[in-house]
Order: sequence, then structure tokens, then C-alpha cells
Amino acid sequence: MSVQKQERRDFIGMAFGAVAAVGGAFALVGMKKSWDPLPSVKAAGFTTVDLSPMQPGEFRQVEWRKKPIFIIKKDENMKANPSRDVVVGNENYIVTIGLCTHLGCIPSWSASDKMFKCACHGGEFNADGMNVFGPPPRPLDIPPFKIDGTKLVLGEEGPEYKKLVATA
Amino acid sequence: MAHITKATSVRDWFDQRIALTKLWNVLAGQYWIPKNINFLWAMGVVLTVLFTLLFISGLLLLMYYKPDANLAFDSVNYTIMKEVEYGWLWRHIHAVAASVIFLIIYIHAFVGIYYGSYKKGREMIWISGMLLFLIFSAEAFSGYMLPWGQMSYWAAQVITQLFGGIPFIGGALVEWIRGDYAVSDPTLTRFFMLHVCLLPIVIIMVIGVHFYTLRIPHVNNLEGEEIDFELEAEKYLKGDTVNSKVIPFWPGFLSKDFFYVSLFMIFFFYLVSFHFNFAMDPINFDPANAAKTPTHIYPEWYFLWQYEILRGFFFDIGPLKAADIGALAMAFAGISLFFMPLYDRSDVVAPAHKRKGFFIWFWLLIIDLIILTVYGKLPPTGFNAWIGFFSSVGFLALLLVVLPIITIKERKANK
Repeated sequence: MSVQKQERRDFIGMAFGAVAAVGGAFALVGMKKSWDPLPSVKAAGFTTVDLSPMQPGEFRQVEWRKKPIFIIKKDENMKANPSRDVVVGNENYIVTIGLCTHLGCIPSWSASDKMFKCACHGGEFNADGMNVFGPPPRPLDIPPFKIDGTKLVLGEEGPEYKKLVATA
Repeated sequence: MAHITKATSVRDWFDQRIALTKLWNVLAGQYWIPKNINFLWAMGVVLTVLFTLLFISGLLLLMYYKPDANLAFDSVNYTIMKEVEYGWLWRHIHAVAASVIFLIIYIHAFVGIYYGSYKKGREMIWISGMLLFLIFSAEAFSGYMLPWGQMSYWAAQVITQLFGGIPFIGGALVEWIRGDYAVSDPTLTRFFMLHVCLLPIVIIMVIGVHFYTLRIPHVNNLEGEEIDFELEAEKYLKGDTVNSKVIPFWPGFLSKDFFYVSLFMIFFFYLVSFHFNFAMDPINFDPANAAKTPTHIYPEWYFLWQYEILRGFFFDIGPLKAADIGALAMAFAGISLFFMPLYDRSDVVAPAHKRKGFFIWFWLLIIDLIILTVYGKLPPTGFNAWIGFFSSVGFLALLLVVLPIITIKERKANK
């Protein structure tokens, strides 16, 4: 009799455990999702930049997904770099996310020695966005883009982007 | 149910219903404290007072603070500082207490290390204390970003970016923690929740645990003497208070504590009234600007040593990237002191000046931490970078290599 009763209690315990585990798992998924970026945040993820007014050698900073984007139009003194350059028309551009790959500070463009210098931890990148000194572990990231005539659409992965990422 | 009789006094009425006298005796009246301890043992009560001050001043700030990226800066710097009567006072109490509480936490912890109060039965006191240090760090950081100034913003940017170092999921994890592609309004509101709700609740619970862990092994004393608390308490209760080695927490010890707390409060309100600026970074009086990093960013003084360990490793070693070594070293530094009872292989409980090797090790650790703190504030270039590197390696070596070696030697010498 008592043995039978014990089995009943075990069953109730296990049934409760199963219900609690399923409920707990759903609760965790819900909590995880409510910290995800909101749909309105995700929808605002595209920026279009017209590159045609840029002068050779010019540096420009635009914003995409609340991140700074560095754009440089290369002049004749700057060597072409097929694994980093974005070619629009016949012009070569450097397009990178302007956040140091170490801890996400914004490096500043030093036009005189053609370098990006990050004040936070002394990281330096050359004009192509390659890390040349300090703690940054990799070159500046290239944002997903699509080329539309003379316009650059940031946030969409065009064929030129896929090709560039494949070679980089 | 208990047998309730007509109460003979108000106290008796409560005693019959909620055993007030019994509770008081457990918490204070018959909670035994050794006689031979000095003012350094008063830090726990100082911390309790500081936490209470933070809690109350925080409640008053909370009534006018606006957790919104567009409103936060002005709600602090205009509404609270200029409009709310005594708003400036609450803010300065809150900011100074947040800074000074770390000074006292460090003193409290290093007194524990100096006297060996983390071992032989007192491990749980140490571990729950370290847990409190960790949560206080999270609490301090989440509060630091709420005024939404330039330093707040970039501190949040850099600290959340640290999670990007985790393999595979790093990038997605950073976006999840921020709730956006960069630190912005959703980040502010969730850190606001952590700072004013979740973390304080957790802190209060862990403080409860920390107090409870003292009940069984009791606090250590100046000599590391093993006291039979039950025997000594019995002596005291029998009236032999002179020969008993213990006194009750109340009124004996706490009256002494109140004296030290009073002295400390004079110092504290001197800071609040005349030197509150040390807890206010000038850069944080510029509103947050996502498009421009300040030229030199650094954390508050109490995180400088960890920050210096983060950037102390500035060159790649083999396949390991400098940034990853730094992040790993800092993550370890954050939790490293948890394992003090493991590094110390000798079971001698005695003050450091009675353990020669340990004494030297203790002061080397303090000097190393001061160097890390000083250089954490300086730009990490040239010669400074190398000092940062050697003191970071020094910190890790002191804990992981030197301490086990000298304490194993000590144990063998004692045999």
C-alpha cells in the first residue's frame, strides 16, 4: 500500500517537473525575445549615399544603423586594393564601418598621414582600413552594400559586396 | 498555535506573536563578536550605512530622472541639479557614495586577505563578499550610464562591446544586450531597469546571505585566534564579562562601530559638500554623442586596475590576438579573487605580519594594484604600455604562481 502511494507521489513529482520545465523554457524564450531589437529598429537599417559629388581624396562620414560609416574616394596617389576597394563607375572607394575592431570606439581620420587613429587604446588603421598598429584584431569591417548607379545602398548585400567579402 | 495570554506590556504583546526578543538576540543581543578586533572590522557597518545612503538618495533621484535617451541628460543636469530643491545634494550624495563605497569595499576585502579571513571555515563569507563586489560593479556600471553624458555613452559602448569577444555568438550577443545596432534608447531603458530594480534586489539578498555566513564561523580577530564562541558566550552570560573573549554585537561592538561610522560620515559629507567633483567626470557634462568618441576614455578610479589589465596586453602572442588576451585577462581579474581560498595552500590563520612570505606577497599585490590603477588613467602609449604589460602579468603571477608556492612552503615548514 505504502509502496503504491510512493509511486503515485513520484508520478505527481515528475509530472510537475515536466510542466515546470516546459513552462520555464517558454518563459526563457519570451525573455530572450523581449530583449531583441524592436521591428522599428530593424526596419531603419538602410541608408542611401550618393557618391557622385565626392572629390578625389575626400573623406566623408555617414551614419548607418547608428554606426558611423567612413567613405574615402581614392585619388591617384592612393594605391588600388582589389580586396578592399568598392568600385563605383571607374572610381575606387573605401567603405568601412567606422568602429575600431578592438572595443568599438570611433577612430579619427588623420588626413595628413592618411591614417585612422583610435584614441581609446592607440589602435591605428591605414587608409584601406587595415589594422597596422595596436590592439585591433582585424581590419575595419565592411558594411553590407549594394551599388545602384552612383548611389551606395547600405544594409543590403549586393553582388559586389559578396564578391568583395569573398576575396577579403 | 502558541498559547496567547493577556499581554503585560507592548513588548510582551509582540513577543507572544513574533518572538521579538528571540529575534533581537539572534541578530544582535547574543550575536558574539571577539573583543580583540580594531576599527578595520567596522568597515562592514560603514558599508551598510553607505548602501542605505545610496538606496535613499537613489529613490529621491528616481522621482525626477527620465529614462529616455532624449530626456535623460537634461533630467539630471537641469531638473535634478537646478530645479529640484536639494536635488544637487541627492545627486552628490549618490555619486560620492557610489565612489567611496568601492574604497571601503577594497579596504574591507584587503583586511580579509591580510588577516586570512577567507579560509578555514570562513570561505563562504569570502565568496559571498566577492559576489557582492561583482554585483556592485554591475550596479555601478549600469548607474554610470544613466546620465547619458559622453563618458556614460562610451563606457556603455566599450563595455557592451567586450561581449563581442565571445566566439561565434559575440556579434549577435552585443546587439541583443544593446537592443539596437549601437548603444541607444533601448540600451538605456534596460540598464535603468537593472540599476534601479533587479540589481538592488539581488544586492539586498546577497547582503542577507553575507551576514548569515558570519553566524557559524564568526568573524576573525586580530590574532587569527580560534575562539570557542559557545564557551566564551556562556562565560559572558554568567556575568564573567571581563574574562570572556567575546562581547555581544549590541551594545558592545555596535556602539564602537557607531563611533567609527560618525567619523567616517564627517569625512563623507566633507567630500559631498566640498569635493564632490572627484566623482563627476567633466566629459560627462557633454551630452552623449554617438558620432564622436572622446579623445581619452577611462572608467571611474575603482575600475582602473581591471581596465589596465584589459589593455596591458598590446601585442599578439602566437595565434592569440592581443585584444583576446586582454579581454580574457580582465575577465579573469574580475573573478580572480573569488579563488583566494584555493590559492592559499597553507591553513595557518594569522595576520600577514606573522607570516613572512605572505606579508611580502600582500604588499607586492597592493603595490601592483596601485601601479595598475595609476597607469590605467594614463594614455597607453610607449613606455606606459610596457609598465601596463608587466604589472598585468605581475598581477596574474602573484595570484596564480607566487601565492600557491609561498603558502605550500609555509605549510611544509610548519610540519
